[in-house]
Amino acid sequence: MSARGFFQKIRFLAVCTLLAMGTAVQAVEPDELLSDPALETRAREISKDLRCLVCRNESIDESNADLARDLRVLVRERLSEGDSNAEVLDFVVARYGEYVLLRPTTRGANWLLWASGPLMLVLAGGIGLAFVRRRSRSQPAGADTLTEDEKARLAEILKE
Amino acid sequence: MITELGHFALILAFLVACVQTVVPMIGASRKWHGWMAVAEPAATLQFLLTAFAFGALTWAFVTSDFSLRLVVLNSHSAKPMLYKISGTWGNHEGSMLLWVLILTLFGACAAWFGGNLPPSLRARVLAVQASIAVAFFAFILFTSNPFLRLPVPPFDGQDLNPLLQDPGLAFHPPFLYLGYVGLSMAFSFAVAALIEGRIDAAWARWVRPWTLAAWVFLTIGIALGSWWAYYELGWGGFWFWDPVENASFMPWLLAAALLHSAIVVEKREALKSWTILLAILAFGFSLIGTFIVRSGVLTSVHAFANDPERGVFILMILAFFVGGALFLFSMRAGAMEARGVFGVVSRESALVMNNVLLAVSCFVVFVGTIWPLVAEMLFDRKLSVGPPFFNLAFSPFMVALGAILPIGAMLPWKRGQLGRTMLALRVPFVLALALAVLAWAMQTGRSGLGPIGLFLGAWVVFGALTDLWSRTGRGDNRLGRLSRLPRADWGKTVAHSGLGVTIFAVAGLLAWEQEDIRVVQLGESFDVGGYTLTLDGVDQVRGPNYISEMGKVRVAQNGREVAVLNPEKRVYPVAQMPTTEAGIDYRVFRDVYVVIGDQQADGGWTVRTYIKPFANWIWSGSILMAIGGFLSLSDRRFRVAAGARKTPAGVPAE
Repeated sequence: MSARGFFQKIRFLAVCTLLAMGTAVQAVEPDELLSDPALETRAREISKDLRCLVCRNESIDESNADLARDLRVLVRERLSEGDSNAEVLDFVVARYGEYVLLRPTTRGANWLLWASGPLMLVLAGGIGLAFVRRRSRSQPAGADTLTEDEKARLAEILKE
Repeated sequence: MITELGHFALILAFLVACVQTVVPMIGASRKWHGWMAVAEPAATLQFLLTAFAFGALTWAFVTSDFSLRLVVLNSHSAKPMLYKISGTWGNHEGSMLLWVLILTLFGACAAWFGGNLPPSLRARVLAVQASIAVAFFAFILFTSNPFLRLPVPPFDGQDLNPLLQDPGLAFHPPFLYLGYVGLSMAFSFAVAALIEGRIDAAWARWVRPWTLAAWVFLTIGIALGSWWAYYELGWGGFWFWDPVENASFMPWLLAAALLHSAIVVEKREALKSWTILLAILAFGFSLIGTFIVRSGVLTSVHAFANDPERGVFILMILAFFVGGALFLFSMRAGAMEARGVFGVVSRESALVMNNVLLAVSCFVVFVGTIWPLVAEMLFDRKLSVGPPFFNLAFSPFMVALGAILPIGAMLPWKRGQLGRTMLALRVPFVLALALAVLAWAMQTGRSGLGPIGLFLGAWVVFGALTDLWSRTGRGDNRLGRLSRLPRADWGKTVAHSGLGVTIFAVAGLLAWEQEDIRVVQLGESFDVGGYTLTLDGVDQVRGPNYISEMGKVRVAQNGREVAVLNPEKRVYPVAQMPTTEAGIDYRVFRDVYVVIGDQQADGGWTVRTYIKPFANWIWSGSILMAIGGFLSLSDRRFRVAAGARKTPAGVPAE
């Protein structure tokens, strides 16, 4: 990350923090926590997959912004009402769009994103294997082999 | 006055770079020695002029010359001196100037230490290096001039972003740039070799130290940035898979691949065209990183409009250099015939696997980074690709890499036997397995992440040590021989161990971290992970350019005080920005990390406490990797290669 990169990242963090300043909110607050530890653990898991919409590349679990707090509270409300993790995510996506998901879905063209690694591995692995096999079969070339003249000279030396 | 001289020096450096691009290149193709010889003094002069320009800008920051636009925007008279200096590169224009300063420094180093290169290759390398400099001098002078004056200077500046006012971050960009820009040397060597049409073991031996140096600096730069994020951003995260982070990580992965493939070229005269391609791509990703960071295109698609001129300019530089180099590559790659023959089970094959894994993992990071842009442009979908994707899609490659590393590193060249190498590695394997089982038994009902990370880390570390020990041969006095092993062997062991340590630390931290969030009254005590913390007080403290609310938290274990921490909440009035300063008790096996939040209505304070096991090991591992790189760099064969001017150009492969 370059200085400029940090600079930009920080500007966004600053915006988030500034938004938070007036209202004294900072990441997950004690009063938001659910009393049921199992439910709270699930809430934290879900929060890590949801993006803070006004920050840059921060999950709502990490963010200080008001909007992130609202989303955290919303997630916990839905969980308390008995929603499953998937239902909570669907609910949030229905409201705010696909953009909130830090873990992209596999729907539509996104399969390409998820498959890109394995596909590339197969492709690159195949090319690598083909190369290695060709190297193991080919005859030593160039400097390692002797020309006809050199062979003749070698034969002479051996005779002497 | 000094500012104008700096500006003038920058323009002169631009002109010198133009001359250095054209004259030696023509000289090399016509075999005119006089023209080729222009390259060396030109490279030195270019560096001196750029250094003067950079010095002039630094001077303006040090003396708080608020007639300069850049100084007003990024400095303040009350700022500590260290941050006045680091403010020089804490902004777009200044950091670009640092970028070219390092670029010309590398060019000058190639001129100073390249005495053993064939004259035509040296002339071409310096010409290519200068052509990159031409592009970036033009970029600075036409779109990002740091030397612009203000007609009416204000009384004081707007201060540097407070988060940048930190020792870790003051030195993070220079190291990162040394890495990014260092890869330009590998690129210049690759393009020069393509123009020459000759790549042999000697070429690999010349290019490898530059790549190694660049990789070492990138490692240090990334580690510094990650460490800074850990202690500064207030929740102890160390890696966010942010586009700008990925921008530095992709060149790092490719540089690591390049280091290893260059060994195959050097020792075995195989993988030549792939190594050339990697050299081009590694620098290409440095440029892509620069583009991503400067244009803001990936931060948000709309941010591109903020600075279209700069973004388009860098995109053009990127297209010209990478496109041109790839075109040249497609013309000449056929001529580079591999010579070495090796079996399917051999060190060469293992290094091919290493390259496949590193290159594919880099590809995954790349696809994940640009996917939001692709999805918006092609499919009209606004979506995010965040850490959950990268953790899932990237980590398997690192697991695979760690799993094969000790075996590949011990396989003999040309032809090996898998069984024999595995037998030699039985001790590290059993040790690693035993540690993992122990960890599994000791932890309570959590995921397999910790034990798997411990197994991999221990396997890599012990495997590296076994490899080193096996090199001492048999019989008596193995310890004596251990100390006389080539530095490159030590470098390999230390760098690989560093990777093992980092793999383990990342897994261990993520698996065994503990968190506690609560409201604490003054004087109240609470327990987290075997420690008792007491909030003794919260004071108002005044710093040089900030106001701070500083908590005092006593940390005790088994009734014995182990640390007093001072977590802070600072406000920088000039920049109008708050920051958190975590109070951290750094320990070998765990950090206690305390962050203080806001005062609540009932008078208590929000306190976040984290127990972070093995946090220091992440950066210790990175530093080990860098030390390994330095050790390898100091190996005799590179020093001989750099010092002996009389040796014939073609060094035979070992």
